[in-house]
Amino acid sequence: MTTAPLTVAARPSRATAEPWPVRALLLGVTGAFLGLFLVLPLAAVFAQALENGVGAYWAALVDPDARSAIGLTMLTAAIVLPLNVVFGVAAAWAIAKFEFRGKSLLLTLIDLPFAVSPVISGLIYVLVFGAQGWLGPYLAAHGIKVIFAVPGIVLATLFVTCPLVARELIPLMQSQGTEEEEAALVLGARGGQMFRRVTLPNIKWGLLYGAVLCNARAMGEFGAVSVVSGHIRGLTNTLTLHVEILYNEYSFAGAFAVASLLTLLALVTLGAKQLVEWRTRRAGCAADTGPGASPEGAA
Amino acid sequence: MSIAVRGVSKTFGTFRALDDVSLDVRTGELVALLGPSGSGKTTLLRIIAGLETPDRGTIHFHGEDATALRVQDRRVGFVFQHYALFRHMTVFENVAFGLRVRPRRVRPDRREIRRRVQRLLELVQLEWLADRYPAQLSGGQRQRVALARALAVEPKVLLLDEPFGALDAQVRAELRRWLRRLHNEIHVTGVLVTHDQEEALEVADRVVVMNQGRIEQVGTPEEVFHHPATEFVMHFLGHVNVFRGRFVGQKAVFGGIELDVPDAPETGSLEARGFVRPHDLDLGVTSGPDTLLEGTVMRVNAAGPQVKVELRSDAGEVIHVELSQERYRVLGLTAGMRAYVRPRDIKLFPSSPRPVNTEAAPVG
Repeated sequence: MTTAPLTVAARPSRATAEPWPVRALLLGVTGAFLGLFLVLPLAAVFAQALENGVGAYWAALVDPDARSAIGLTMLTAAIVLPLNVVFGVAAAWAIAKFEFRGKSLLLTLIDLPFAVSPVISGLIYVLVFGAQGWLGPYLAAHGIKVIFAVPGIVLATLFVTCPLVARELIPLMQSQGTEEEEAALVLGARGGQMFRRVTLPNIKWGLLYGAVLCNARAMGEFGAVSVVSGHIRGLTNTLTLHVEILYNEYSFAGAFAVASLLTLLALVTLGAKQLVEWRTRRAGCAADTGPGASPEGAA
Repeated sequence: MSIAVRGVSKTFGTFRALDDVSLDVRTGELVALLGPSGSGKTTLLRIIAGLETPDRGTIHFHGEDATALRVQDRRVGFVFQHYALFRHMTVFENVAFGLRVRPRRVRPDRREIRRRVQRLLELVQLEWLADRYPAQLSGGQRQRVALARALAVEPKVLLLDEPFGALDAQVRAELRRWLRRLHNEIHVTGVLVTHDQEEALEVADRVVVMNQGRIEQVGTPEEVFHHPATEFVMHFLGHVNVFRGRFVGQKAVFGGIELDVPDAPETGSLEARGFVRPHDLDLGVTSGPDTLLEGTVMRVNAAGPQVKVELRSDAGEVIHVELSQERYRVLGLTAGMRAYVRPRDIKLFPSSPRPVNTEAAPVG
C-alpha cells in the first residue's frame, strides 16, 4: 500500500498523443473497468440500502446496536487520530531532521503495519494481552480488560494506521531541510515557537492529508478489529463488524444501510483529499503567481 | 563586539572539520573566512553562531565565554547560503519574526515593530516588496531580505555563510559592493564565509585563509595576496605558475636566474619550487641574462584589461602570462612565435615552515 497521492500530470506533449481511435479505446476500457468494478457496486450499496424504503433505512441506522457501533467507531477514531498525528510528527521530525543510529531500522518498523496482514496485527494483541497471553494473568489480576474490549480495538486500529501520517510527512520534511528551523532559532525563537510558527505551517497540508487518510482507515478497519473485538453487540461492535453481523443474519437492507454510512465516509474522505491537494497545489503556485505578483497586489 | 576563537576542534564521524583553530575578530571589523569546500570555514561560522558545538575549545564574545550559551541567547545575525526565508510568511513578516518571538516584556509593540521593519526594508531598498512572499522574489532580493531579517534583532555579530554563492556573477558583484557600504554604515562585527577569493579580497578588512580544518594565514587582503605565507595561499588566491629549479649553496637557481636564499635547506631535497603570478611575468622576443625559460606562444586572448598569453615551454610545461595591452602591442605577439619568459617576482616556500619572499632582479 502506498500513500503517494495520484495527481494529474502536466499536459502531455503532442509527440506522445495517440491518434483518436486509440485514445477512445483506452478511455473506454478504463471507464468501463471503473464503472463495472467501482461505481456500480457503490451505487448498489445505496440501492440495496433503500430497497425497503427510507423508513427501513432510517430504522436500521437508529437501531440501538447500530448507534452503539457508530459511537464506538467514532470513539476509536477520536482516540487514534490525535495519537497518530503526534506519533507521525515526532517520527517524521526525528527521521528528517536528525542523524542517528538505527534510522533505517526505524523507517522499516514504521512500514511494518503495511507489510503485515491486519488479521495478524489483531492476533499479535491477543497473544500479548489475551487471557492466555504474556500479560494476560497480570491484567486479569488487576481487572483490566484489553482483548474483547474497547482498549483492544483502539490498540489494533492504532497498529494498522500508525504509518499513515508519518509516511506522508517524512518525504515532505526531508525535502524542506532544517535551514528554516535554524534561522528561527538564531533569531531567538524557543523550540515551541519554532515549531508553531515555522515547522507546522510548512507541513500543515501534508499533515492534514495524512490525518484524512488515517481517519478513513481507522473507521474502515475490519481485519485487526475483528480478531480483538469479540463481536459483543452494543459493546465491542464497530461499524464494519456490525455490517458483517447484519449481513450474516440475512438482514440485507440493514447491512447495506450501515454500509452506506461507511461509503459516505469514503466519499467525504475523497472530497477532503481532493480539497487538500488543491490547496497544496495552490500554496505551491503562490510561488510564482500568487496575489502579490500582480501589479495591483504590489501597490 | 569582538569574537575570540580559542583552540576549537570539531570532527564529524571520521572527518576532521576543524583542527585546533584560534582566531580573533576585532570589534566592528569584517573578516572573510576563505577556503575550498571542506576546509572547515562554514563549520567555524556555525560554531561561532552556536548552531554547532565544538568538541574542544571555546568561543568568547567581548571577552566573555559564550561556548555554553544557546544559539537563541547569543544575539547573532546569521545569513544562510540559501537564504532560509520562511516561505509561508511575507517579506514583512520574515523581517519581523525576530522581534515577534521575543518574550512579552522585551517585545516592542506593534507600531514599533512596524516602524523598525520598515526602516530595515528601506535600508536594504526593498520597502516596496513588503507584502510579497519569498518565492516571488529574485535571488538577490531574497538575500537582501535575509540580511534585513538578520539585522532586525540588532545583533552584535553578523555571520554570513556564502551569502552570494547562489547568485549570478553580476548580481554578486553588485551585492558585494552594497554589503561593503552597508557595513561601513552600521559597523557591526562581521564574519563572512566564501570560497570566492575575489569576494574575500574586495569585501573584507581581513582575510582568513583556511585549508583542511586549519588556518593557513590571516592578514589584510594586500598581505595575503602579495605576501602569501604558504604554497596553499599562493595557489588559492589566483593563478600561479610553478617553476622547478635547484638549490646550490645559499642560492636557488632557476634557468639563468640566481636568487639569494639565506635559509636554504642544508639537507634534504635540493629541488626548489618557484611561484610566479601571471602578472609578475614579462615576455621578450630575445633572450637575455634574466630569461627563466623560453617557449612557444600557444594562445593569445586580448579581450579584457590584461592580455592573457599561454606559452608552452620546450619541456612541455604550460605557462600563463598576463601583459598590459601596451606591452602586448610593443611585442607584437602572435600564436606560434618564440618568446622568452622573465619573472619580476619569484616566491619560494621552502619545506621549512618559515616562508621566504625573494625579489628577482627587475626586468628592463
